[in-house]
Amino acid sequence: MHNKTITELAKGLRNKEYSSVELTQAYLDRIQKHQGLNCFISVAETYALEQAKTADIQLASADAGLLTGIPIAQKDIFCTQGIKTSCGSKMLDTFIAPYNATVIEKFNAAGAVMLGKLNMDEFAMGSSNETSFYGAVQNPWDIKTVPGGSSGGSASAVAARLTVAATGTDTGGSIRQPASLCGITGLKPTYGRVSRYGMIAFASSLDQGGPMARSAEDAAILMQAMAGFDSKDSTSVDKAVPNYSAGLNNSLEGLKIGLPKEFFGEGLNSDIAAAIETAVNEYKKLGAEVKEVSLPNMKLAIPAYYVIASAECSANLSRYDGVRYGYRCDNPTDLNDLYIRSRGEAFGAEVKRRILMGTYALSAGYYDAYYIKAQKVRRLISEDFSKALSEVDVLMGPVSPTTAFAIGAKTNDPIEMYLADIYTIAVNLAGLPAMSLPAGLVDNKPVGLQVIGNYFTEERLLNIAHQYQQVTDWHQQTPKGFE
Amino acid sequence: MSLTTDEVKKIAYLARLGIDETDIDAYANDLSNMLDLMTQMGEANTENVKPMAHPMDQMQRLRPDVATEENQREHFQALAPQVEAGLYLVPKVLD
Repeated sequence: MHNKTITELAKGLRNKEYSSVELTQAYLDRIQKHQGLNCFISVAETYALEQAKTADIQLASADAGLLTGIPIAQKDIFCTQGIKTSCGSKMLDTFIAPYNATVIEKFNAAGAVMLGKLNMDEFAMGSSNETSFYGAVQNPWDIKTVPGGSSGGSASAVAARLTVAATGTDTGGSIRQPASLCGITGLKPTYGRVSRYGMIAFASSLDQGGPMARSAEDAAILMQAMAGFDSKDSTSVDKAVPNYSAGLNNSLEGLKIGLPKEFFGEGLNSDIAAAIETAVNEYKKLGAEVKEVSLPNMKLAIPAYYVIASAECSANLSRYDGVRYGYRCDNPTDLNDLYIRSRGEAFGAEVKRRILMGTYALSAGYYDAYYIKAQKVRRLISEDFSKALSEVDVLMGPVSPTTAFAIGAKTNDPIEMYLADIYTIAVNLAGLPAMSLPAGLVDNKPVGLQVIGNYFTEERLLNIAHQYQQVTDWHQQTPKGFE
Repeated sequence: MSLTTDEVKKIAYLARLGIDETDIDAYANDLSNMLDLMTQMGEANTENVKPMAHPMDQMQRLRPDVATEENQREHFQALAPQVEAGLYLVPKVLD
């Protein structure tokens, strides 16, 4: 059962080959069997089986949608009423949200079953899942390597078939980079397409939730459930949601692909470059035209991002004060001691680095030099994309400069860790949608192809991904031991 | 650009963030490296470029000024580390 797609599972449920309860139990058993991967922070066994029971009743009455009774899992950044939402932090280790995130409400309305909450870098700050308070997650392709981050638990769980699909969030590459390192399909939607209500904030002008699945076809089904205007999110965009599955089979004849030359320079592993070239050649066979384009300010994306993301994070995380919810230190001597020790004892090193960086960048005397400068660079980067996407339909390139690296390899050097997101970060600054598709294996480790589109072109991106998955089988490769 | 340990202590205090004395040098080093990375932005000519705060450049949406949230005081207070008589407790602020 665990190798089937959402569409296949939905069919099996309707043909009564198995019930949602049986399907859910099968996944729960599989999660238990592979708990060494450390994908889950919380497994919601009782809750999931209750939801499955309800789904079975709906299925019997024919009042069911495509996701009714399908077990999926949620990144532990989405607030879930009654089930712990930790965001990978000691700060929220005992936090049980009093409400559901809009994304959770939407999946509940669609009848999906929630298996549990997935591991992640603390407050989504990291590219390896190693900053989690709950420990590193293993990549099923090689358990000595990281799954990427920050949605590392999501990517590893989908790759290991512990869930058919999952949600992730992407602030600087946190859906695409782990999808790439684990060989799955991930979509970071246009900023504003998926509600951020109840999605714990890291950098509010960059954060965006999206689907992580084994194929574009499944990602489209999840995206359908997640997308849409939400009056509870002031940055949600009020725009009609298309049918994401309707155009999957459209022809790619005449598709114009741009290859940004800055994506293929120094620092890119040559085997990955070769895999990307092979993938682009597949697209040529499907009728696409390819030309070189340029994003001249790309190299400034990392510095601009780390100013903006850190500044927004320092503001967002000021809410954790040890007073209203979350961790509180023992025996505070006064109010300042309460704030300082609660935050000092409960935040990990990477979160502290970013709060410090953001506080510095926003402090008197440095605000213009760092924060305003970064916002100006942000506009230059965004304009580079607008120009490139006026010449071509989509941009293609690698997701990550390397395949999965060893657990512990980059933990002592934050800057080196930041460079893992060199090809993904600029997309968030511009707010564009982008995907990661499995496009090869190098030394038996997955390589992801990145496809970047113009605003609100998720439907086209999914079509482009699906057509590639009709002529290649990289997305069907399974890590050894998880067949 | 490099930050001194005193500067790190000052920023940590502004952020009300406890840092172990033994870790301060490491943070000073990491933050200095981050700032070096950020000085690369100086290469870009940003004269007359309008700062971009948000990808959509949209205006904040307005809505009618009516209360939409229910009162969930009990619910929220149940999450707090320390409450008494419906109040959040903190150490004494005034003598």
